[in-house]
Formats: sequence, C-alpha cells, structure tokens
Amino acid sequence: MGLFDTLLGRTKPVKANLDALFALPTAALTLQSAGGLVSSGHAGVCWKPPAGQGAQDLQSEVGQLVGEGFTQSQDSFGYGWLLLAEPELDDLVTKAHMANTTLTEAGWGAQLLCSVFGFVPEPGAAADARPFSLVYLYKRGTFYPFAPLDNAKERRDTELELRIRTMLGDDLPVEADLTRWFPMWDLPVQ
Amino acid sequence: MALSHNIKPDRGLTTRMLMTGFFVVVLYAILIGVLFIVLKSLVLILVIAFGLLFCQYFFSDKIAMFAMHAKEVTPEQAPELHGVIDRLCALADMPKPRVAIAQTDVPNAFATGRNPKNAVVCATSGLLRRLDEPEIEAVLAHEISHVAHRDVAVMTIASGLGMIAGLLTRVMFYSELFGGGRGGGRNNNGGSQLAMIELVVMLVSVVVYFVSFLLTMALSRYRELAADRSGAILIGQPSQLASALIKISGEMGRVPTKDLRAAEPFNAFFFVPAVAGNQSAQDQSRGQAGGGFSFGSLFRTHPSLERRLAQLDRIEHELGQAR
Repeated sequence: MGLFDTLLGRTKPVKANLDALFALPTAALTLQSAGGLVSSGHAGVCWKPPAGQGAQDLQSEVGQLVGEGFTQSQDSFGYGWLLLAEPELDDLVTKAHMANTTLTEAGWGAQLLCSVFGFVPEPGAAADARPFSLVYLYKRGTFYPFAPLDNAKERRDTELELRIRTMLGDDLPVEADLTRWFPMWDLPVQ
Repeated sequence: MALSHNIKPDRGLTTRMLMTGFFVVVLYAILIGVLFIVLKSLVLILVIAFGLLFCQYFFSDKIAMFAMHAKEVTPEQAPELHGVIDRLCALADMPKPRVAIAQTDVPNAFATGRNPKNAVVCATSGLLRRLDEPEIEAVLAHEISHVAHRDVAVMTIASGLGMIAGLLTRVMFYSELFGGGRGGGRNNNGGSQLAMIELVVMLVSVVVYFVSFLLTMALSRYRELAADRSGAILIGQPSQLASALIKISGEMGRVPTKDLRAAEPFNAFFFVPAVAGNQSAQDQSRGQAGGGFSFGSLFRTHPSLERRLAQLDRIEHELGQAR
C-alpha cells in the first residue's frame, strides 16, 4: 500500500498472481518420486460470488465465460466452484489457468479465492500417506498442502502436510506463514 | 562408533564436520602462538580456563541434570522408557546409559556425559505425553547416537577455545581499566609498548572468540545431523524421527483449523495489504524451503527443521533402495 493510499484510507483489490501455477507439474514429479503421491485427476477453482445477483444467473454467466469442460457447483459457504477432471496434471493446470485468466480478464480477478488440486497416494506408497490437496492462493502466489483426516470432526493431518512441504522444497513457492494454511473442509474436489 | 556397518557413510557431512574441526584446531594454534608471545602474565588465566573446562567435561552429566531439574528413574518407575532404551542399546551394542525424566511440559530430550559409561539420557514428561511410542523410540535413538558419537567430549573441547578467548578478553579489559594507575612509575616508552601488546591480545581474543563461536555452532549443527542420521538408521525408520521432530518443533500448533472460506472476511483475504508483502512471503518461502543461507542460521546450535527433514527423507530413500 503506497503512502497516498494510507493517507487517503484506500485499499485496492489485490491482483491475482497466476504464474506460479505452471510450477505445479514439476513439483508433482518430485512428490511422486519422494512420496509416491500423484494427481487425483481432479481440480477446482473457487470464487466468491458478488452480492446482489442470483446464483443461477451467475453460474450461467461464469459458464459462458469459461466455456465447456467444467462442472459448476456451490458449497455450504456460498462459494462457487468450477470443477474439472483430466487424467493428466498438465492438462488440469492448463485448464485451471485458462479459467482463471478468463475470469480475471472479465474483471473477476478480485473474486478468485483459490485453486485446489487433488493428490492421492499411489498403490505401494507409504502406509501413512493419505489423499490431500494442494491449495493455491492467488493473492499470495503460494501453495500449501491440506490433508483432511476427518471432515466431520474437522481434523487435519498436519504432520503429513509439513512433510509434503519438505518434499516440495524449492520446486513450488510454499506459503511460508503457517498461520495462513487454512483448511477447506468438505472440498468438492476429490 | 558401533553403529550401522552396512550403511554408506554420508561423505559430505563427514567432510564438513572435519573441515569445521580443522578450523577450530587452526584457530587454537593461532591463539596459542599469540599467547606464547605474552605468556608470562597469562599462565594463571590458562589454568583457570582449563580448570573450568575440566569441570565441564567431568561433571557435564550433573550440570545438565541440575539445570533441567531432571531426576534419574529406576526401571520400576518408568518401565516403558527403560524398555525402549534397553532395546536401542542392544541394537547399537552400547552399554546402557542412566535414564532420567525431567518434569516439564516442553517436549524435549537430551543426552549428556563424557563417555558412554557415564552417559545419561533424559526425556521430558511433555515428550513422553505427546509422542507415540515409535516416535519416542526415534528421539531416544537420536540421543543415544549423541552418546555413541561422544558429542559431549567433542563439543566441550571445541567450545574450550572460545571460552579461553572469552576469558582472556575479559581479563585484558579489566586489567586495562584498573591497571592504568599502576603503570605511573614506569617510563612512558615501556608503558605504551605494553599497552600495545595488551591491545593486540585483546583484539585477537575478540576475533578468535567470535570466529570460534561461529565454528562451534556449525560443528554443533553437523553433530545434530549426524545424530539424526545414525538414530534414523538405527531404528530403520527415518519417518518416525521426522514425525517426532515435526510434533516437537511447535510448528503444528500454528496451522489453523478454521476454514479458509469462513476465515476470509476476518482475514481481509481479498485485500492483502501490499504487493511488497506478497513478494516477501514468496522470498521467505523460497529461502526457507531451500534451506538458503540466512544470517540467523549461523548462530543456531540446531539445524533448521527443513534441513533435518530433508536429510531424513534422503535416508528413507536410501534405505528403500538398499532393501
């Protein structure tokens, strides 16, 4: 925030930072070799609907913007999701990036919350590995892992998450501030 | 070191450790050389310094136990803890150390004693409460490796130099302060010469003290990594040590449980203050994840969690290939 913004009490919506998304396929290779963790083939783009417009209207508007190949849904928090499924992570990343770019160009950049990429253990991975997600925060341009243990009781496997951070190492910009590793319970992304 | 004959040693780690040790010795030699020039007045200082080192070396177990309020426990009082240590000592072919528990909720463990026969392994009650049994075993394997590596002896000798230099600095400083009036009777020429020598010794001592402090910290970090390595190989499960380290590092408590979507309005998520903050977060994450050089890391006695976990991951990988 600049001096004038501080003096005038203004804040500008922070622009989404999309470039780091393309680091994901490389990082996924590391995850596979280090921990036997592979893409689940599912991803989701989460956006916050602006107030004052019907949910149906919005969904059709977003649908027209991003085109074919997405399933739309809404979660219990009132957030909209664009869900996509591709067997190859490269394609998932490309499509997610495309959807994000389109929404940003249409002026929805400030509405983007995060993108979520599902990961699952390969057969033969460590016994304590479990499905987890990599959450990409647009506004910070960083990723963090989220491994739910029990969605109903809202318990997460922080130990696995921290181990994933170590595996990722330099390959991905991992969110350094642990207090921002917010969980996302009942994700529509598998 | 009677640990793991069939696992390849980590050459890089050994090299770095030897290099650090070498520099400690070189510094020692330089200091002794400088002392030699002005020896006459400094014999007493050396005697005191070596006396202190001697105490530190021979009473290390009692000093550490006293400082941590640790109490030795019998097999009847703590059967599980004794059982774990019995198994580990049998595995590592070591005499069994004495076992102690410190009543504090901070999860930690330490080993002390100048040689395996006089060693004490101590766990805090917080550690025993928080960790599962395999994780406790991993932590104790790390501590027993410290005993096997004779780390108390190594670190006492390594830090001795720094202590002597520190003492010298202080003594020179005081003699400068209070000895000033005494020199009144001397002729000017001799007095200033003496002052020059004192100044040089003091400067050298300060530099030696600082450098030896850095080297001691570096050596300590390498010894920690070496103990991690031996401990992980001893139990054959690096991941247990990794999860124990994560649990006692206190980082788990910082990860939130409130949902991102619910937390968003309070977090001003959509209006993160500035691009600068954004950038620094990224830099920070890169530096941290890469174990990059940071000034603070020079002064730590333990390597960063990331570095230790990365090493354990590597060992896990090597063990997987060895099978």
